[in-house]
Amino acid sequence: MEPTNVGNPDYYHKVVDCQWACPAHTNVPGYIRLIAQERYDDAYMLNWESNVFPGILGRTCDRPCEPACRRVRVEEKPVAICRLKRVAADLRGDITPRFPDIPKQKNGKRIACVGAGPASLTVARDLMPLGYEVTIFEKNDRPGGLMWTNIPQFRLPPEVLWEEIDYILDMGVDIRYNAPVESMKWLLEQDFDAVFVGSGAPRGKELRLPGRYDTDHIYIGIDWLESVAFGHTNAIEENVLVIGVGNTAMDCCRTSKRIGGTNVKVMARKSKPYFKASPWELEDAEEELVDIVENHSPTEFVIEDGVLKGMNFDIVEWHENDDGRLVSTKLDEAFFPAEAVILAIGQETAFPWIEDDAGIEFNKWREAVVDRTTFMSTREGVFFGGDAAWGPENIIWAAEHGHQAAISIHAYCSGEDIRKRPPEHMNLVSAKMGLHEWSYSNDYEYAPRRKMRHVRLEERLRSIETEVEEGFDLEQTLTEVERCLNCDLQTHFTGSLCIECDACIDICPLSCLTITHNGAEAELRTRLTAPAENAEQDIYVSEPLPQTSRVMVKDEDLCIHCGLCAERCPTAAWDMRTFDLLKPYAGQDAEHPYSGMGIEEMSPGGFMSVTP
Amino acid sequence: MTYIAKPRVFHPSLDKNELGLTRRDYEGVMSTLCAGCGHDSVTAALIEAAWELAIPTHRAAKMSGIGCSSKTTAYFMSESHGFNSVHGRMPSVASGANAANRDLVYIGVSGDGDSLSIGLGQLCHAVRRNLNLLYIIENNGVYGLTKGQFSASADMGSKSKRGVPNEQPPIDPALLGLSIGATFVARGFSGDKNQLVPIIKAGIRHPGLALVDVISPCVTFNDHVGSTKSYAYTREHFREAVEAAFVAPKDFVPPADEITADIRSADVRDVPMHDGSVIRFRQVEGDYDATDRDAVYGYLRERQNAGEVPTGLLYVDPESRDLHDVLGTVDRPLWNLPFEELCPGADALDALMENYR
Repeated sequence: MEPTNVGNPDYYHKVVDCQWACPAHTNVPGYIRLIAQERYDDAYMLNWESNVFPGILGRTCDRPCEPACRRVRVEEKPVAICRLKRVAADLRGDITPRFPDIPKQKNGKRIACVGAGPASLTVARDLMPLGYEVTIFEKNDRPGGLMWTNIPQFRLPPEVLWEEIDYILDMGVDIRYNAPVESMKWLLEQDFDAVFVGSGAPRGKELRLPGRYDTDHIYIGIDWLESVAFGHTNAIEENVLVIGVGNTAMDCCRTSKRIGGTNVKVMARKSKPYFKASPWELEDAEEELVDIVENHSPTEFVIEDGVLKGMNFDIVEWHENDDGRLVSTKLDEAFFPAEAVILAIGQETAFPWIEDDAGIEFNKWREAVVDRTTFMSTREGVFFGGDAAWGPENIIWAAEHGHQAAISIHAYCSGEDIRKRPPEHMNLVSAKMGLHEWSYSNDYEYAPRRKMRHVRLEERLRSIETEVEEGFDLEQTLTEVERCLNCDLQTHFTGSLCIECDACIDICPLSCLTITHNGAEAELRTRLTAPAENAEQDIYVSEPLPQTSRVMVKDEDLCIHCGLCAERCPTAAWDMRTFDLLKPYAGQDAEHPYSGMGIEEMSPGGFMSVTP
Repeated sequence: MTYIAKPRVFHPSLDKNELGLTRRDYEGVMSTLCAGCGHDSVTAALIEAAWELAIPTHRAAKMSGIGCSSKTTAYFMSESHGFNSVHGRMPSVASGANAANRDLVYIGVSGDGDSLSIGLGQLCHAVRRNLNLLYIIENNGVYGLTKGQFSASADMGSKSKRGVPNEQPPIDPALLGLSIGATFVARGFSGDKNQLVPIIKAGIRHPGLALVDVISPCVTFNDHVGSTKSYAYTREHFREAVEAAFVAPKDFVPPADEITADIRSADVRDVPMHDGSVIRFRQVEGDYDATDRDAVYGYLRERQNAGEVPTGLLYVDPESRDLHDVLGTVDRPLWNLPFEELCPGADALDALMENYR
């Protein structure tokens, strides 16, 4: 193998599994250490910089970071990253003085955003400090998009939502409520330099079965949740069937339980391993005594005298056919009584307001054709992001889309090539503080993942406004932060210093290290101290070592970043270095470097900084 | 000092031996030796060998004297017995322990100071007696605990950290052992576990004293340019005389039946030991014969005069008889004899004394 180029920020970035998995690349171990130091403001700002909505996401994020967490490979349960994010948000003080200054002298460029959801809000946050004038057109009388309409209050208290949205609107965003954009051509005729479409995926999918339109007790899940959010709906019948088993279905069934539904069933066509809902949302629904019925495929709404009586289902069994596709076999039929049915089987984008001759191409599913890198549609100056771009994702993806679109809009408005993306950089700072002291807590925490405490069942079901999760207390926080393996504390190797004494290999608790003769990767992976079988994780290969020309090989898979290799290294060939990804945002490039968001240096005592 | 303990989390592919133990079960407390000390690698080799031999940890005794080397016994097999004795007196204590309980596996770890200076007489007589003991000398040529003065194994001309050359001739434990009747003589290097682990395994199973000299660089006081016991110097002058593998009785396959792609397999020679195990030698040097004491002695002198560090399982006596065998002691360990047999009383003593009148 060629020697690994650790000068490429991607190599060390990938070692930080959570950060790599996060669409917005939030510096997770960095903010967890700040929480450990009770620096909640700093932890909050580190989040705010990349994911814009720490308090909201600390409650609602889909958490792609957690399944990726290294701890899953070393033991079982990931660090409760999302819960810790909420700790930072809950315990922060007044951080408004740390927000970027908004220039009074504008740069003369005007940007229109359609929809006041997380994607548009992120575009506004990134562009306002650069002097842009941003106008957001919102069809409702409140901002937030699906964060307001589709996430029930018992998961996301409105005050948390409004506060973080206001941080952005208070930058001087021109937000127009009750102002649905009804014509793209009209919008393009207005005096805007660029348009960002962040209008989400607002159309719930239909279930066209016999009886669908013979009653008014069948609701589209996202519309029904919106109606509950605005207070138009405040009750539901006792027997409720929710069709579909995604996260929207979970919100629908749990909301039903709070406004009159006593017998609420979630009806799933497939079996549990194929459920789309996040495991923790399923758990929460089951805790609230919602029945989740698997392998029931709906066939008919049963209506008698114009009154919904229930639904018929086929009971099915699933197996993979020769092509690896799941196919079902009908075993039996079943009737489930219900007075209300909520359809939560997916949602899609809808652009009835974009005219065919507006210069924006659509594919055969009526989705806009959007460039994956620049987020620009086929019409110059019109950008898409969030669910409006490629269909339903989640808030953290919307934020990242917003960042990337803002970079493109800034380049577009500056007359630069929007395909030329600003490069990522990194800082790599030694974490050595003394002979055996590091600027992080390197001891291994054996404690299992702390469990979130919930409000008592009777109490929480009484009101839709009672937040279910109580947040972590101090003991839970202090234990959970120690569970983080600090994967951003990189084991950095300088081959020219190595005397091949084997001390690092002997001490490594996870058998990650080997000194051996070089070879092709596939073969080399088989003859390490422990075989490197996880091909998704890189192996590091050094330059040939001075004494024997063998190479140092490190399997990144299970390294717990305990730092013992560096501690037992007599020549400091191994060093622990804090990796800090410098992710570019709009307006930041080589000439206008990283903002830092006012966070003091993450690694006090560091003395070396490398920007490759 | 290293302040955190080695975390008790393992690689999931960690193998188990026939006792159901992993290598990690053979570890001891965290080393407090200097980072990069060769002794820590010897420790790792001992852990590997003991694990591969599936030694029940409670059936082993670790014996040591004083010095950096003698701290080593704390760093492996924390569930085993151990005795950290007086400077240079490890062989005496080991002799007593072995006399009382011949059933344990005895692992002695000493250094060039402990064994070649203050304890030289003890070493020689333990060798002569052929005590059933693995005797490892972690040899770095300096007194590390007292800041790096030359020890008795320092080579002529080797320079101290201050640049002053040594002008007194060294005591070479391998040559010494050969000349006073050692039945197992080996030399290894802490930086080459592939060679060292099989030597340690064979040494543990050897019926008698297995003298293993391990070049184990002192990273703090003797790893500089000009030192003849540094990592770099040892690697540069390292010469493998013969490659040895320990083959347990259950794994024994006659060489003719062994399927191997190694082109040197034709030069395999098996030396059977008393317990049915075999030491399998692969020739590296033409007609090297590891059972010919005089030839081995001559070879070592010749190669060392040429400035090389000859290594390998240099000599083994297949007819080795350990102390208990020579003295004809009872098969059962003394601790396990009924009191009446062990201590037959005044009448028996009187009868014995009558014989000498």
